[in-house]
Amino acid sequence: MTFKYSNVYLNEVSTIAGPYESKGPFGRYYDKVYNDFYCGTKTWEQAECRMLVDSVDMVLYKANKLRNDIDLHISGDLLNQIVSTNYASASIGIPLIGIYSACSTSVLGLIIGSNMVDKDEIRNCLISTSSHTNGAEKQFRQPVEYGGPKRKTSTFTTTGAASFLISTKPSQIKVESATIGRVIDLGITDSMNMGAVMAPSAASTIYDHLTSLKREPNYYDLILTGDLGIYGKRILVDYMKSEYNMELDNYDDTACMIYDLNHQPVFAGGSGPACMPLVFNSYVYKKMLEGKITRVLLVATGALLSPAMVNQKLSIPSISHAISLEVTDDIL
Amino acid sequence: MDKNKYKALVDKHCPKENRLYNGLIAFIVGGLVGVLGQFLVDIYSYLFSIPTKEASTIMIITLVFLGCFLTCLGFFDKMVSFARCGLIIPITGFAHSMMSATLEYKKEGIVTGMGANMFKLAGTVIMCGVVSAYFFGLLRYLIMGG
Repeated sequence: MTFKYSNVYLNEVSTIAGPYESKGPFGRYYDKVYNDFYCGTKTWEQAECRMLVDSVDMVLYKANKLRNDIDLHISGDLLNQIVSTNYASASIGIPLIGIYSACSTSVLGLIIGSNMVDKDEIRNCLISTSSHTNGAEKQFRQPVEYGGPKRKTSTFTTTGAASFLISTKPSQIKVESATIGRVIDLGITDSMNMGAVMAPSAASTIYDHLTSLKREPNYYDLILTGDLGIYGKRILVDYMKSEYNMELDNYDDTACMIYDLNHQPVFAGGSGPACMPLVFNSYVYKKMLEGKITRVLLVATGALLSPAMVNQKLSIPSISHAISLEVTDDIL
Repeated sequence: MDKNKYKALVDKHCPKENRLYNGLIAFIVGGLVGVLGQFLVDIYSYLFSIPTKEASTIMIITLVFLGCFLTCLGFFDKMVSFARCGLIIPITGFAHSMMSATLEYKKEGIVTGMGANMFKLAGTVIMCGVVSAYFFGLLRYLIMGG
């Protein structure tokens, strides 16, 4: 399912990062950094809400808008009942669509928002997403203070929040096209190897996107997947070659970019809904504004993990969504 | 691509865990914990003039306390990550699993949080421990007559 847009622009972005991310390679590009996991609140879940609210306020501040100016807010996170989104939204007060698509939430939100903006149903839309490493560990894995060994293939959930503001008002970056992915399950049951779970769905979405628009991979200056990690990235490149006979040249994975993999204890890299937006909104967005990168394909990858289903010995399905952003000279 | 072929592709790219190295570390650290335990038993029975059986109970209490205390101070998880089964298999691992779960849920109340989740990980240990103790006790009775 691929859409082309003619009248959607990315106006502004924001990033709020946690302690580990701020020590990563893009530390100086983030709008605001928290140096403790509680962000001045009492619990990790509330800390995630705080970061989400901050990211919304930050993007509005940077775009010089008020909350009342925004027609719609689309947001999602990893926690059960998307609590961070719901509780944050209670204080934000913009009409909300809460979505869950695991770590592919950001791009799914962008696609839903872009479709509505493109059809003139709304004028502007705010898309945000957040994750918290301790909140996610608590819900999906084991207690944070429990030191049970982790495998080299496991990933580290990012702590942070990020927001996008899209509207019909022309800006330097245009939302050009998007592809909604399908759920793929190739029988991986290992919740410590999410890269292997998500790689086939990323490959399928990239292939769908390129074939339906009749493009070659090198049409894009940069193809970014969400959170495959070191090993998932290698699997994706190999899988694209053997399954679709496609070579990915300008390809990278945000999980491998967000942390200093040689010095930070993050195993195979970052993950979580905030991982890709933190990298894109900080570094890549800046490079696009400078004109150094002109066409980017964001492929957010989500492992639809449920501890209950994994315990029932079922494999983990995954989904990926893609959105293409281009630098334009449409500004009048 | 079918599932088996994909699994082969995944295995090709994913690193293997170094089992020999992990086992060796666990063997050494686990052994050191055993030495510490024996040292405590000897010193307690010498200091308090009590039989070995009672001294070993106090030794277990000491190790459980150490496991809990170091977990609360926030660095026992790093020690466990390094030593793996060397600290998980001894009683320190049991204390660590209980304490970490308790700390995790302390903000959710004494009854609904700490009480309800304390045995989240340790419950399995108790269940398996009680069942295997029953069977080994039975075996001992049948073979050795009690």
